[in-house]
Amino acid sequence: MGTRHNLSNPTASKGITDNVEDEAVLLSRLQAGDRAAFAYLVELHSPHVYRVALKLLGDEQEAEEVLQETFLRAFEKIGQFEGRARLGTWLYRIATNLALMRLRKRQLPTVPLDEPLSGEDGEEMPRELLDWSQLPEEELLSAEARAEMDAAIAALPETLRSVFVLRDIEGLSTQETADVLGLSVPAVKSRLLRARLALRERLSEYFAERVRQVDHA
Amino acid sequence: MLRAMECRELLGNLMDYLDGEAEAALCAEIERHLAACPDCRVIVDTTRKTITLYRAYAPPVIPEDVRRRLYRVLNLEDFIA
Repeated sequence: MGTRHNLSNPTASKGITDNVEDEAVLLSRLQAGDRAAFAYLVELHSPHVYRVALKLLGDEQEAEEVLQETFLRAFEKIGQFEGRARLGTWLYRIATNLALMRLRKRQLPTVPLDEPLSGEDGEEMPRELLDWSQLPEEELLSAEARAEMDAAIAALPETLRSVFVLRDIEGLSTQETADVLGLSVPAVKSRLLRARLALRERLSEYFAERVRQVDHA
Repeated sequence: MLRAMECRELLGNLMDYLDGEAEAALCAEIERHLAACPDCRVIVDTTRKTITLYRAYAPPVIPEDVRRRLYRVLNLEDFIA
């Protein structure tokens, strides 16, 4: 077929960090309406899109709906895609926007954006300072701990959650996260710090209790 | 509760440090502070662990039934491996 793309084995590719030349070939095939290329795109990116939707929404049914809507929209709009962003970044952007729209329908914003890290009273400064990082894996990833992690991420304002999910769970770079969300790099860093510290605080409250129980056992 | 100004400065630089993006001089300064400040050491270790846990817990693949329904909706069923 004269292409370097291996459409029969998408898992051999590296996903979002896929080679730029390969991506240009893939894009031209997508824009020519090549169904095999569409299938390749879906196979390559659907796990990422699903995970982002699931972590943002915390609901499997809604995550699946966002997954389907993302690719339906991408197929519809592929003719207008100019290739300035990576295909993966573009798909993340569609999925994130769809998920955030759903979140906004669900709830009103609760926390003002981009406030300084700490006020006069040090409200956002870390409080729980017991070291739980050495707890055994079975404690750290128990079903109860995972439920606590889900609750902690669900309690984050959507503006912080989206940055944390893309940067820390998906492993995008700060610049890619900024591109997906339409933010500046300093804004991503500021939100990421607040997200990480808020999650750390909440998990610390939970795990510190486990450490105290282990110590008293 | 952290009080010292130095600790607040560390928090301000924590992102670059955790992400390995801090310059060498800043890294050295942070590490000197961490060696002398057990509270900040705990914050760094538990923040790093928090990130690791979320990464470890993220589902690595899409569930098979979700994948099949996606291919059906997209009219790509003939490409399901």
